[in-house]
Amino acid sequence: MRRSERDTTTSHRRITRRGLIVGGMQMGFVALLAARMRHMQVNQAEEFRLLAEENRIKVRLLPPARGLIMDREGTPIATNEPSYRIVIVPEDAGNVEEVLDRLSKIIHLESDDLNRARTEMERMRTAPFLPVTIADRVSWEEISKVAVNAPALPGITPEVGLSRKYPLAGDFAHVVGYVGPVSDYDLSKIEEPDQLLRIPRFQIGKIGVEAKLEDMLRGSAGTKQEEVNAAGRVMRELERREGIAGANVQLTIDHKLQSYIQARLGHESASAVVLDCDTGDILGIGSAPSFDPNLFVRGISVSDYSILRDNDHRPLASKTVQDAYPPGSTFKMVTALAGLDAGVITSNDTAYCPGHFEVGGRRFHCWKRSGHGSMDLISSLRHSCDVYYYDLALKVGIEKIAETARKLGLGERFDIPMSAVAAGLTPDKQWKLEARGEDWLIGDTVNASIGQGYVLSTPLQLAVMSARIATGRSVTPRLIKSIDGKPTPEQGGESLGINEDYLRQVRRGMFAVVNNRRGTAYKSRIEDETKRMAGKTGTAQVSNRVVRNDEVPWRERDHALFVCFAPYERPKVAVAVVVEHGGGGSATAAPIARDIALEALFGGPPPPEAYPSADRDKIMEERKKIEELMQAKTAEGNIRA
Amino acid sequence: MSYLEYNVKYVPTGARKILYLNWPLILLITAAASAGFLMLYSVTGGSLRPFAWAQMIRFGMGMFAMLVIAMVPIWFWRNISAVAYGLSVLLLLVVELFGVVGMGAQRWIDIGFMRLQPSELTKITVVMLLAAYYDWLPVNKTSRPLWVFIPVMLIMIPVALVLKQPDLGTALLLMIGGGAVMFMAGVHWAYFGVVITAGVGMVAAVFQSRGTAWQLIKDYQFRRIDTFLNPESDPLGAGYHITQSKIALGSGGWTGKGYMQGTQTRLNFLPEKHTDFIFTTLAEEFGFIGGISLLTIYALIIAFCIATALSNRDRFSSLLTLGIAMTFFLFFAVNMSMVMGLAPVVGVPLPLVSYGGSAMLVLLVAFGLVQSAHVHKQR
Repeated sequence: MRRSERDTTTSHRRITRRGLIVGGMQMGFVALLAARMRHMQVNQAEEFRLLAEENRIKVRLLPPARGLIMDREGTPIATNEPSYRIVIVPEDAGNVEEVLDRLSKIIHLESDDLNRARTEMERMRTAPFLPVTIADRVSWEEISKVAVNAPALPGITPEVGLSRKYPLAGDFAHVVGYVGPVSDYDLSKIEEPDQLLRIPRFQIGKIGVEAKLEDMLRGSAGTKQEEVNAAGRVMRELERREGIAGANVQLTIDHKLQSYIQARLGHESASAVVLDCDTGDILGIGSAPSFDPNLFVRGISVSDYSILRDNDHRPLASKTVQDAYPPGSTFKMVTALAGLDAGVITSNDTAYCPGHFEVGGRRFHCWKRSGHGSMDLISSLRHSCDVYYYDLALKVGIEKIAETARKLGLGERFDIPMSAVAAGLTPDKQWKLEARGEDWLIGDTVNASIGQGYVLSTPLQLAVMSARIATGRSVTPRLIKSIDGKPTPEQGGESLGINEDYLRQVRRGMFAVVNNRRGTAYKSRIEDETKRMAGKTGTAQVSNRVVRNDEVPWRERDHALFVCFAPYERPKVAVAVVVEHGGGGSATAAPIARDIALEALFGGPPPPEAYPSADRDKIMEERKKIEELMQAKTAEGNIRA
Repeated sequence: MSYLEYNVKYVPTGARKILYLNWPLILLITAAASAGFLMLYSVTGGSLRPFAWAQMIRFGMGMFAMLVIAMVPIWFWRNISAVAYGLSVLLLLVVELFGVVGMGAQRWIDIGFMRLQPSELTKITVVMLLAAYYDWLPVNKTSRPLWVFIPVMLIMIPVALVLKQPDLGTALLLMIGGGAVMFMAGVHWAYFGVVITAGVGMVAAVFQSRGTAWQLIKDYQFRRIDTFLNPESDPLGAGYHITQSKIALGSGGWTGKGYMQGTQTRLNFLPEKHTDFIFTTLAEEFGFIGGISLLTIYALIIAFCIATALSNRDRFSSLLTLGIAMTFFLFFAVNMSMVMGLAPVVGVPLPLVSYGGSAMLVLLVAFGLVQSAHVHKQR
């Protein structure tokens, strides 16, 4: 049976028509696909390329090495030390619990750390190839034990990082400060925090030079671009840009002198500052008692911290710059210079001291109740007669005294990178009106003339004062010698604008204080002809009373002060010492200042001949103890690493 | 019906048949398959194993099968259409009863040397049977309801079985492919209007059924539709496939990242990169140029099929060739729409390119039928 030709033709025509319709639709759809492909791959290509890169590239920050801090000769004060931690890669470990069990038999593991590691591993279950930290700050011995047992500990590896270390322990605690983990508070203080600060365990300067020069010390982060696959496993490193290490900072301080100062101050609540008279370099700036900054790097325990905080000698306080004391009689040079400069007295003019002075219906006493008799400028300094200065102050007026004090650096906040640098207080009429809303009284001038009343100075300011008196130039303290080898400029040094004759007379008075048989600090003189010292004792009253110091509790005793410079003929160093509740300046502060000045001048232990012959044996005995203390401190610093 | 209907004396015989093969079509098929080998070599990171070599062997076997089928007169294939259809439906039933569950769906039957997917086979046999049906049916009866109902039932039997697996993609392909053959055979427009309207209604019903006791499709299918409509809503979950596919494809740009340089593919961001998403790999590494080239090859394959179909006065040959062209078109259209984010993720491979035995073999068998129709057409 064959089909009719007509039937076939009709059907063929129909199939052709319908087939072309369907074919047209198919081609239309092909065109649509092509258009879509073009849109995605040409018009949107950039967008997708970006997404693709985001997909595959993970950028990791490489923390830079923190800049070192060194003393003026390059001895390290703050360094970076390898610190070890133990990590586990769950994937390599196989049976994690078994491995952890074995590990805890080899080294001591805190159960807190272990639980934290377990939680993290559970959280990272989908990426078992990522390391999880088990223990941080592991000692070298423990790392060695782990290394020896490596075959039994699959997946366990030691990792090295850098951690801050202060090899001189407490000697620079108040100057250099310490670093610690970045806190939310730290972040809140910075407007645009560096990405680095968000790295876990990253450390930031908390106080002192570490904090003040944080931006220079930190350096800038490097980056590591890694290609990761869909599961997050690192396939290869694409690019590595090393970070720029932080700048190395060199201090003006001499670490040997600094260690000596800390040891010499010992367990007193005291502070001492040594300035180079020529340059203003701070050669030593000690505050005692001190603390070990390494404790803070590791994260100090609450009990250790409360011991430091609650100690009545305030080890955490940076007394040299942060604490301001009434300068007491050390202020008398200021009053004397004000008088000479104003022309109201000459060095030969005398005043009579009957032991007290009456003004405005009030009676002001001299420290010597029986009186000093007739006093001129030099003898008034030598004996530290108060009445002479009461009388002088009334003649000069507080404004001239304040002006002179400011010229000598009192009341000025010096720009050095230490924490909480205080301005102290040099009072005048305007200050009292603004701060207290009261008129200046005549009695205020009398009190100020001998550094009591409202006057407050920091030990650093007192050292600057004596350096300026010694040189007649505006010596300005400098703590940073160089940054990355580039010297920081010295500041100041221009003339103070005080007649050199007047300065010389005041210096003669200071020389008499130490070298005159009847001077208040005669016992603390330097015998070496070329290094003789000029200075001034001071006793700042803490409470108003008439009883002797050794009859009252420690907290109520007077502060002992001493300022000096040496050698007298050609001043090299200026020293200020404050011993809190130390009693009298001549007995407590002056010998410390003398010892420190000698140490600075000789660049090490001075020969016994420098000391008065009567005291040599006793001093040599003490010297031995101090040296033991210095040794112990250094050794202690090393062991704690 | 017998071969007597054919004007045998015009038909080449013996070895001369080889000269009458549609050689451009063979060339295009080989080109598309070669693109597949190239990409399979690339996704394994420059290794013939495990994918590229196996695919080449299958292609060789498939080509051989195609040539053998091409040598057999087309009327033989017409005469066994019903048997082939019956056999494939039987195999679907066997899968239903003894099949292997893979990827959450029952699709394979293990026949020793390979895993056979009977649903692939039905894509051809349904077209064959429908072509034979309309070849047999007098033209004037084509649009009568009873004679329309019969082919609809012939389509729906395998569709129902495939849906049961469940394999929505293949079911849709079967329906559209079968429908297209009916349309080209000349069934009245009105029927298609009704079916399309009903289809839209069905889709609405499916969405309505969500979360009710009579839910029509599985939850994972709903989720695929959701993520198709808004892939970014769940970039790490179900939308991951589409999002990553678009990223890889789009980032290829004009000229691509270079052969074996596709970062997204190589780092496993792209899922199923050797099977359903192989086009993305190609588009990432060869860019728009590469993608459009493959699309052009596909379009030319369709064009050559339509050309030979329309120049063939035999009704079975025309309808069969057009139906196979339609099936082939549906394969790549659905797959490419899917990887470009135009369609939800349904498991449809890229024809001749994706790694996989059944689809490759079935397609080459289908092209064997096309070749047979071409060789044995009246000239």
